[in-house]
Amino acid sequence: MHGIYRKTPSQDEQEASALKAIELRDLQSQFLHLHHNKIYTKEALETSAKLLEVNPEHYTGWNYRKLAVQHFLNHQSETEADSESIQSVLNEELKVVENALKKNFKSYGAWYHRKWVLSKGHSSTDNELRLLVKFQKLDSRNFNAWNYRRFITMLKKISDEEELQYTTDMIYDNFSNYSAWHNRSVLLSHLFEKRGERQSHKESVLEEEFEFVRNALFTDPDDQSGWFYHLWLLDQTVKLEPFLLSSWPPHGSSRSVDYLDGRNLFPSMHSLSKDRMFPLVLYFSEPVEGVNSSTVTIECEYYANEDVIWRPLSANKFGFSQVWFTYLNLPDEVHSLKDCHVKVFVAQFPDIVSSSGFSCSQTSHIVFSLCVPSHDREHAEGQTVPRFSWKDKEFYSHATQSHDASLLRSLHQLKIAEESKSKAASDWSMKIISNEIAHCRELLSSTNCKIGKLTLARLLMAQNKLISYGIPNDGIEVHYEEILGLYHDLMKLDPVHICCYEDESSLVLLKQVTSSMESILRYCYQYGDSTSPRMYPCLCLRLNGLSLSQIGSVERLLWIQMLDLSHNKIRSIEGLEALQLLSCLNLSNNKICSFTALEPLRSLKSLKVLNISYNEIGAHAVNTRRYLCSSPMTHTVENDWNFKEFTNSGVKLTNHWDVFFIFRDLNLIQLDIMGNAVVNDQLKSFLFKLMPSLKWLDGENRN
Amino acid sequence: MGELKTEKHVEYILSVEKRKDDFVSVVMEHLRLNGAYWGLTTLDILGKLEAVDQDEVVSWVMQCQHKSGGFGGNIGHDPHLLYTLSAIQVLALFDKIEVLDIEKVSNYIAGLQNEDGSFSGDMWGEVDTRFSYIAICSLALLHQLDKINVEKAVKYILSCQNLDGGFGCTPGAESHAGQIFCCVGALAITGSLHHVDEDLLGWWLCERQVKSGGLNGRPEKLPDVCYSWWVLSSLIMIDRVHWIDKEKLVKFILDCQKMVEFQIGQTMLLMSSTPTLELPVFHFLNIQD
Repeated sequence: MHGIYRKTPSQDEQEASALKAIELRDLQSQFLHLHHNKIYTKEALETSAKLLEVNPEHYTGWNYRKLAVQHFLNHQSETEADSESIQSVLNEELKVVENALKKNFKSYGAWYHRKWVLSKGHSSTDNELRLLVKFQKLDSRNFNAWNYRRFITMLKKISDEEELQYTTDMIYDNFSNYSAWHNRSVLLSHLFEKRGERQSHKESVLEEEFEFVRNALFTDPDDQSGWFYHLWLLDQTVKLEPFLLSSWPPHGSSRSVDYLDGRNLFPSMHSLSKDRMFPLVLYFSEPVEGVNSSTVTIECEYYANEDVIWRPLSANKFGFSQVWFTYLNLPDEVHSLKDCHVKVFVAQFPDIVSSSGFSCSQTSHIVFSLCVPSHDREHAEGQTVPRFSWKDKEFYSHATQSHDASLLRSLHQLKIAEESKSKAASDWSMKIISNEIAHCRELLSSTNCKIGKLTLARLLMAQNKLISYGIPNDGIEVHYEEILGLYHDLMKLDPVHICCYEDESSLVLLKQVTSSMESILRYCYQYGDSTSPRMYPCLCLRLNGLSLSQIGSVERLLWIQMLDLSHNKIRSIEGLEALQLLSCLNLSNNKICSFTALEPLRSLKSLKVLNISYNEIGAHAVNTRRYLCSSPMTHTVENDWNFKEFTNSGVKLTNHWDVFFIFRDLNLIQLDIMGNAVVNDQLKSFLFKLMPSLKWLDGENRN
Repeated sequence: MGELKTEKHVEYILSVEKRKDDFVSVVMEHLRLNGAYWGLTTLDILGKLEAVDQDEVVSWVMQCQHKSGGFGGNIGHDPHLLYTLSAIQVLALFDKIEVLDIEKVSNYIAGLQNEDGSFSGDMWGEVDTRFSYIAICSLALLHQLDKINVEKAVKYILSCQNLDGGFGCTPGAESHAGQIFCCVGALAITGSLHHVDEDLLGWWLCERQVKSGGLNGRPEKLPDVCYSWWVLSSLIMIDRVHWIDKEKLVKFILDCQKMVEFQIGQTMLLMSSTPTLELPVFHFLNIQD
């Protein structure tokens, strides 16, 4: 029991307490004796009733009473079933429960006993409802009572609509009733599911709910209950059909094949395998399932569609993922391809479904062409691999260089292909969001309410999302500065939750950065100048020093081959797994606390250069990403590890299973890990063993 | 700020262990096995586990076992999952799992799984996600997870996931920090955390931190030291613990301690729930890192 403040007892109080203790001890041992000897006489039952009145938490007492009832009922079936005496026995049980609840109305044992009795089917459910109303008037937050209410209403087959009215009454009684709001959301969800396709009905109900909760919010803006409910309503409002947001290669592009082994940037890499694999990536607006060779078809001279296997890149709810990919292999006989055309039809059948249950009813298609340079088969033997440097001086702002056409074209995919914008997008959602924004602003004009500000920021971002989906918005533009300003205010207003606001505003910042070609070009740099022999034919996106704590807007970054995220506050790199072309990644000077946090890198077959120096790996006793990592320890990954070759590597494998797990499938050429507490010579030599392709580790050459 | 009065906490726990006859001990006699787990774990964290007589404790724990394989809260009390977990945990603390008939205990636990994947607490059929966590945690400790249908167990837990991202004790029940800990814990052990919306739940959880720095169990309720455990552990498992202010929480916990230091010989507790002492110690040590 919580919140009980006990003062130092006086001498008298202590003596009385000692006496009580002796009495209770005797009662309890007496009871146990009766229980073990299965004695169910009237006196015995009275003893148990007395016990439960004094100590309703004595769970064996409740078990005993059930046994006694069973004993009685078995006895009854030998003679005629006397329903009156059964009823009186059960009523007695209900009385015992009531007495116990008077002592502690949160007693699990007492409430369950009542449920058990009612399940026998002989008792009055009307009485129960009356009792519940009484209890809920005394404490409207008692969740035992609410759970019991759910049980009774199911027994009585009371409709969801009626119960909805009950929550309405409770809320009018007291707006600060999170339990009532919660129940309301449960009931409405059921009702929405039942109505099924009638979107218009759902829309009118949601509008009413927004009005209803507005009363609560305006009456007491600092009470959380209404705001949480409002967040749920918002979530219901923006639920739309999923559609294809972006792809790699992008629609309308024409470029050289981007090989997964990274040979475009690192010619020495292709001697490692004969495969010439390249990725196709589909990025949806919501996590979806049902992406396979029936729902997504590829038309190309060299591929049989049926052989293509689509996989989710980061499966969440039961196999739903926003990103789906496949790897295609250039057939051996293809020597040089000029303009090999590929057409990908997405959502041929409406079997691609989001986790909210909406299906992708629109087919979109992507057309692109690939060419294979005729010299790609040549081995780049004997070429020394120069060390990649992240220093400022290596990077040139693209504007100062003459670019070739393909660079500019590669940035075109920032614009989402017109055809893939959802026509089913809802004007109604836009109307509601705009409305709520107006109301929120009104509220904030008279109170400086923390959750109100947060809600406004989230509403503005939701509006922004709808605008980016092409939903008409009467020319309303998104002002990122305003949203970022709101988060800035929140960090001052509510410093306790500063990191939560930092995380959310990182996503806003990234949306702003990627919102237009002009904006993103400001962060694009060329590695090496055109006269340098080390020039890499691609751009590096430099997002260092922006106080970013997480990664977002990945759908606009699928083209990235080089990414600098150093000097930020990043703890999680979730989202990076979609960047299938990523070859060079700088995560130095961030807040990465463990190797398990690097799990998304396992999906990046092109990754060659990785800098994770000056992070916090090994610096914390508790690994907060441990359970979010799909490791073999949590039965989610097959354990096909072959440790034999590593047993003499000088490292205790059980201590470094995470190093093995993350790095063994990566073919890094260069790795920087200094500045992490976990680093020592044993670990370094283990890494060299684990990755035969590794040439540079913390500046040291393998040889 | 103050510091954790380790010696006093150890003294207090050892005194509780000795005390059996005062009113509070008698009233909580039926859950002594739970109390043993919390107290012994605290001692272990403080490096003082050797202060108790291991053999005596183990022998007492085994006497709490019922012929069905399950454990009761004390000798002579009926078996229930709640105490079965505590028994296994205490034995694990002393590295004495081998005294158990693992097959027997596992079968008792596995036998309580229902058709829909949920778990009953005991033969009387009360269902609660707490019991799902207990079953999964117990069997994981015994390396016997394959005795249950893990997929169905996970499905049931997810059916208790609410629209605010949290979890309740049964489908439709309100989110509560204690239940959330149990559900998130069970999902973590079974590698199913990807079903959780970390941002949504993380926000609900971090909003439990009130102005005083303490944590409550659900919206618009008072803070209590025990929620430091339920909320904090949940946040750690979903990597959102940086969303609360650790310093303020530590200060709150240490303030709760102030009362205890003067009243060791008496039944003086600021909040009388059994996890009270375990948490400040555990979390103080982890937050400080």
